[in-house]
Amino acid sequence: MDVAWFVVLSAFIFCIGAAGVMSRRSPLVVLLCLELMLNAGTLALIAFARMHGTGDGQIFALIVMVVAACEVVVGLGLIVSVYRRRLPIDVDKLSELRG
Amino acid sequence: MLFEQIIFFAAALLAIGGALGVVLLQNPFYSVLSLVVHLIALAVLFLLLSAEFLAAAQVVVYAGAVMVLYIFVTAYVGGSDQPLRPEGGAVARLGPVFAAVLFVELTIAVVGSSLQVIDTRGAELEAGFGSPAAIGELLLGKFLIAFEAASYLLLVTAVGAIVLAGRRRGLEEVPGGPEEGTRAEAPRATEGAA
Repeated sequence: MDVAWFVVLSAFIFCIGAAGVMSRRSPLVVLLCLELMLNAGTLALIAFARMHGTGDGQIFALIVMVVAACEVVVGLGLIVSVYRRRLPIDVDKLSELRG
Repeated sequence: MLFEQIIFFAAALLAIGGALGVVLLQNPFYSVLSLVVHLIALAVLFLLLSAEFLAAAQVVVYAGAVMVLYIFVTAYVGGSDQPLRPEGGAVARLGPVFAAVLFVELTIAVVGSSLQVIDTRGAELEAGFGSPAAIGELLLGKFLIAFEAASYLLLVTAVGAIVLAGRRRGLEEVPGGPEEGTRAEAPRATEGAA
């Protein structure tokens, strides 16, 4: 398969994720859509690593996976603490991060 | 060659279907399960790009660990059905349009790119490309600083998660505030409801 196919697929997944981030209101689903966008970036990095035949892109993809895992942990921690304080779980109403 | 194409299109369809499921399904719990499908399809695509180690890491770390975390939090917060777009603002309405425009632009950029290798299968690979040995050698040699930075990031995240979600009564009360009692009561009441 040509590398271009993989890159276009990753662009498509990225756009689906972007649409989800902009239109969903539950922070949980927004985080899931962020995961989609990060994974699309990972796919593009690995496709370009294949194109150049060097492993550098794969290392970048690995680091992106680490960053995504960190983002999930902090985001879910925020959601749990928002839920504990009985605030509405809705990104439109959570417009400030004050305790 | 044909076999490879069949696998690519099957995995790509699964990945797109999983991604659409994440965005379109109303119950967050089903969105999480849909993301698992998406991640496993992506791992198959990584294998096609001869990134064996990353495919394994994707399945173990993402589809295994991270998704379990999501499922726990979804079960804790309560995966209530929410309408897809209940009178969202202008941003919510413009979201799909923005995404479509972005996709068209990115596709034009890829197709019209002057990169000539992009329309081939890529460079010739040396033996062991993408294997754990090759990745480990790069990670501990050429990219040692990135590796160390990632480890610090993970440490900071672990501390941050404990600070954010830890159950510490003392810090949840605002000293001297009029609603001191109600703030301390609130988490307990929530636990009772859950």
